Amino acid sequence: MEIVYVYVKKRSEFGKQCNFSDRQAELNIDIPPNPELAKQFVERNPVDTGIQCSTSMSEHEANTERFEMETRGVNHIEGGWPKDVNPLELEQTIRFRKKVEKDENYINTIMQLGSVMEHCIKQNNAIDIYQEYFDDEDAVEVMEEAPSAKTINVFRDPQEIKRPATHISWHPDGNRKLAVAYSCLNFQRAPEGMSNESYIWDLENPNRPEIALKPSSPLVTLEYNPKDSHVLLAGCYNGQIACWDTRKGSLVAELSTIEFSHRDPVYGTIWLQSKTGTECFSASTDGQVMWWDVRKMTEPTEVVIMDITRNERLEHALGAISLEFESTLPTKFMVGTEQGIVISCNRKAKTSAEKIVCTFSGHHGPIYALQRNPFYPKNFLTVGDWTARIWSEDSRESSIMWTKYHMAYLTDGAWSPVRPAVFFTTKMDGTLDIWDFVFKQCDPALSLKVCDEALFCLRLQDNGCFIACGSQLGTTTLLEVSSGLCTLQRNEKNTVSSMFERETRREKILEARHREMRLKEKGKAEGKDDDLREGEPALNLEELVTKAEEEFFDVIFTELKKREAEAMKQKPKPLKQPSLETEEEVEGEEEGAEERDGEESPTLEGQP
Amino acid sequence: MAEVEETLKRIQSHKGVIGTMVVNAEGIPIRTTLDNSTTVQYAGLLHQLTVKAKSTVRDIDPQNDLTFLRIRSKKHEIMVAPDKEYLLIVIQNPCE
Repeated sequence: MEIVYVYVKKRSEFGKQCNFSDRQAELNIDIPPNPELAKQFVERNPVDTGIQCSTSMSEHEANTERFEMETRGVNHIEGGWPKDVNPLELEQTIRFRKKVEKDENYINTIMQLGSVMEHCIKQNNAIDIYQEYFDDEDAVEVMEEAPSAKTINVFRDPQEIKRPATHISWHPDGNRKLAVAYSCLNFQRAPEGMSNESYIWDLENPNRPEIALKPSSPLVTLEYNPKDSHVLLAGCYNGQIACWDTRKGSLVAELSTIEFSHRDPVYGTIWLQSKTGTECFSASTDGQVMWWDVRKMTEPTEVVIMDITRNERLEHALGAISLEFESTLPTKFMVGTEQGIVISCNRKAKTSAEKIVCTFSGHHGPIYALQRNPFYPKNFLTVGDWTARIWSEDSRESSIMWTKYHMAYLTDGAWSPVRPAVFFTTKMDGTLDIWDFVFKQCDPALSLKVCDEALFCLRLQDNGCFIACGSQLGTTTLLEVSSGLCTLQRNEKNTVSSMFERETRREKILEARHREMRLKEKGKAEGKDDDLREGEPALNLEELVTKAEEEFFDVIFTELKKREAEAMKQKPKPLKQPSLETEEEVEGEEEGAEERDGEESPTLEGQP
Repeated sequence: MAEVEETLKRIQSHKGVIGTMVVNAEGIPIRTTLDNSTTVQYAGLLHQLTVKAKSTVRDIDPQNDLTFLRIRSKKHEIMVAPDKEYLLIVIQNPCE
């Protein structure tokens, strides 16, 4: 369509100057959109168009000027002869050399250098200064560093009301997790609202426990199954045995029936080595040791009563407070009792009475820890009252080695799995002692104060480097010991075995001597009785009494005189062995207590 | 002059000594008991090494100075006694 605009101009105004003027815009044509025309078009849907939202860039090439490089080498064959000397001519070089040799500086220099050189040559000829000494010996790792241990991590009980940590168990694979059992062992003193939960901690995350185990009664002991790392066995405060599978959750998987369980808190639970990996046994202060199969926890498979009179009477039974089982000796196990006696038992005995093989007594209080030496299973460690003692199965009357009496009660102890001479103990004042018997025997090699409250339990990791100890407020501390304490020293096994044998022999000799003395005493007493019975009509009771008194006072006076004489001489008294004194002398000593110099201590210390 | 001869002869006569040479600061062998090509080789290489060793010692402690250089190799030991102008080099086979 055509759009035309017409304007008119007068002829007389042709050629006139153009005068522009402003005016408003005029609308000439207004063509509205015609929707009919749209029908001639086909809408394209979808529309495929490329759009880009980016910075626009351009590419250019440039070429710099060439930089030339060249590699050149110089081959220096002959020395830098001065310009006037031609190196190829022999005469000139000889002349030059002769000239130099005449130089005084040259002479002095050579004299001086010569003497230095001769010294070194002679040195070389004298000895080979680079000789390797001690090449044939193995690299001696001199442990110069003092034993040390440092805290790596602390796991605190997340509960409001803090409960003591009573047992710790390491995860069997890789040792990255710790299972800690919390319970309050004071009889009926558990505070209101105390939670029953026990936790499994992951070592990497000390802020929150990984899994919480929720039993119906607080757990006293907790053990991972060494064959199956998902299964845990626990002994409860109310005497039941519980079993967890961590894959199934935090509620109990299996629980023993209360009628057939223990009647007191279960203090020891250990997994047994069996083909099925489901057998375990437990001990409690009610005097019973029960065997269980975790697949069927309704009843124990076997029960043994810890009655040392071998009468199977529960009333006479001793309460068991620690349990020991070594997988290398599968038929034997040992029980530590509250009365301070260790009972060694044989599981495979035919009659129940024969199950109890022998007893070892020596502690004054409950034996809180009992463990065989991993390298020498005939020797075992017991921890109770204020000492730790090492026993040998051959010597039943007393322990072969013991530590001194400490100021605080010892609560737990364990051997190091890598070094046969090292063991660890925890005390009620919160200290952890590390003993190294080949290094020092009268004191711990290292004594660390872990926390201010009492430490209740201790567990070592299988590599011997890490220790976890649990305290009264539920704080579990993870420590790492220095490498000297967890690497086997040269010759240590031999040293330790000879030490144990020597001490065992010493005890045997003492035992034999005791027996002799006892027999002699018995013989003498019987002899005296005979005499008295014969002379009965002659002597009466009063004369007997006066005679006894006279003898008694005689002994005292001789003792006093002896002490005075010695005090005057001011000689340090030799350590008397009280076990070798007869009864009379013992009484005499007691009477003369005031005169004592105080240098004698009533206990023997293990001789190094 | 005679003392120099005597000293060098004495050094050469020690047990295990393979060769002795005196080199000046420019690398020219003044006196040698080995053949020329070996001497020139030793002179050139050891001279550079001595200079480097000396500069190392002095870099670390300017008060210090290199007194002796010993190079122990599998076959023998090369000992260099440096001076401002000359170098005394002895090659010895230490008795093992």
